[in-house]
Amino acid sequence: MDLVTPGFGLVFWTIISFLILLIVLRKLAWKPILGALSDREEGIQNALDAAEKAKLEMANLNADNERLLQEARAERETMMKEAREIKSKMISDAKEEAQAEANKTIANAQTAIESEKKAAISELKSTVATLSVDIAEKMVKGQLSDKSKQLELVNSMLNDAKLN
Amino acid sequence: MQITTLRHLVTILFLLFSITSFSAEKSDGKDEKFDAKKMIMHHVKDAYGMHIVTLNEGSPEEKHITLPLPIILWTDNGLTTFMSSEFHHDYNGEVIVEKNGGRFVNVHEKVYQLESGASSVQYDEEHHPTNAAKPLDISITRNVFMMWVSIAILILIFSAAARRYKKSTNNLPSGIASFVEPIVVFVRDEIARPMIGETKYKKYMPYLLTVFFFIWINNIFGLIPIFNGANLTGNISFTFVLALFTFIITNLSGNRNYWKHIFWMPGVPVPIKIFLIPIEIIGIFTKPISLMIRLFANITAGHIIILALMSLIFIFESVWVSPVSVFFSLFITLIEIVVTAIQAYIFTILSALYFGMATEEAHH
Repeated sequence: MDLVTPGFGLVFWTIISFLILLIVLRKLAWKPILGALSDREEGIQNALDAAEKAKLEMANLNADNERLLQEARAERETMMKEAREIKSKMISDAKEEAQAEANKTIANAQTAIESEKKAAISELKSTVATLSVDIAEKMVKGQLSDKSKQLELVNSMLNDAKLN
Repeated sequence: MQITTLRHLVTILFLLFSITSFSAEKSDGKDEKFDAKKMIMHHVKDAYGMHIVTLNEGSPEEKHITLPLPIILWTDNGLTTFMSSEFHHDYNGEVIVEKNGGRFVNVHEKVYQLESGASSVQYDEEHHPTNAAKPLDISITRNVFMMWVSIAILILIFSAAARRYKKSTNNLPSGIASFVEPIVVFVRDEIARPMIGETKYKKYMPYLLTVFFFIWINNIFGLIPIFNGANLTGNISFTFVLALFTFIITNLSGNRNYWKHIFWMPGVPVPIKIFLIPIEIIGIFTKPISLMIRLFANITAGHIIILALMSLIFIFESVWVSPVSVFFSLFITLIEIVVTAIQAYIFTILSALYFGMATEEAHH
């Protein structure tokens, strides 16, 4: 049946026409259209990539800022700590020094007191000795004014000596 | 809103022209009964003139409005050309045209050259002429004519779209380009890229796009009643040529891996390798043949269904059948509108698939 038999005329014209259509459309339409499409897609892709990059950079920047802040905070913390340490050290040093000074003063005072005391005691001793000698002289002078009292003295002294 | 108006318009046009041309068919036979098969075949097959409308039918002033097209023949006496109007709308072999020393008749839209001495066509039992031979015929038939119209429209549409891109500074589509672009992108991203692969698809894009739009626009033209059944994509000559191009491109771009799969299938035992060779060789040809038959059969079948539904009115000779016929043929027409795009898509995607198979790299 000729419905399903390719006819020469139409085959001939279809081959020629299709080839012409293919060549004309390729040059006039497909190249510019596909070129424009891929150019645009490339542009969009590039813009997206750039945006992604910018976002990444932004994140990096933020992270940097955060890190700097953190560092500053830590530094402040250490500085405060150091200051506190220095303060307490200074206080304790001053206390120690004062204590040492006080101790030294006390010790000096004590030594002075001791030496004063010794001097006083020795002076007292000598004074007491002089007084005793004076008293003894006066007493001896008084007692030796009569004979009986002299004898009594000698006796008591002798008794004492015997008792010793 | 606009689309519905358009659809109404198309429907009205369809009814108008279909019915008048069917009635014209009937009046041709005068006393004969209406022959649905003859009418349908006449509409589905190619013809020498673009018959547009018949006026005053049945009356003595009956007038056929037909666009005459050139008939080009290569005979023993060389190139012979004349206009199809010289047959005076006759396709029963009654009008004899004498040109360039030969006598020609039109028998069912095929030009025959009468043998010398014969004064009229003699037929055998199967109604084949016995005393006339077919010369080499490269006439501009209505299918060739409509093909050229479609080519002109395609070139207009797509060069206009391309100009829009050139005009815009940032490659943005505007005007007709924004209508064309999604379809072009569809062919690229849904057909070429997945079927052929990212690295090689670019080479085949011009062919795939051309085939897709060429088939689609001619499918649509086949449905427009004013073109009176210019059934180009439902003609096996046309689908044969497109399938032939796919066949040639597939086998020219076939790489080592493709031929290896045909002649020495890897990964199977030797007896099966030998067994597979003839099957694979047949496969080279069945692929394009299936393309050819699928498009031809789908489009022709759609036309035949619509025409057959319309013929019911004339077979039953009752106007009361017409609502049923009109409703069903409208329904089928709407389906056919979808089929125009689907068949173009299927032809293109299968071509792309074959190109993809031919260029696939070995991955075993």
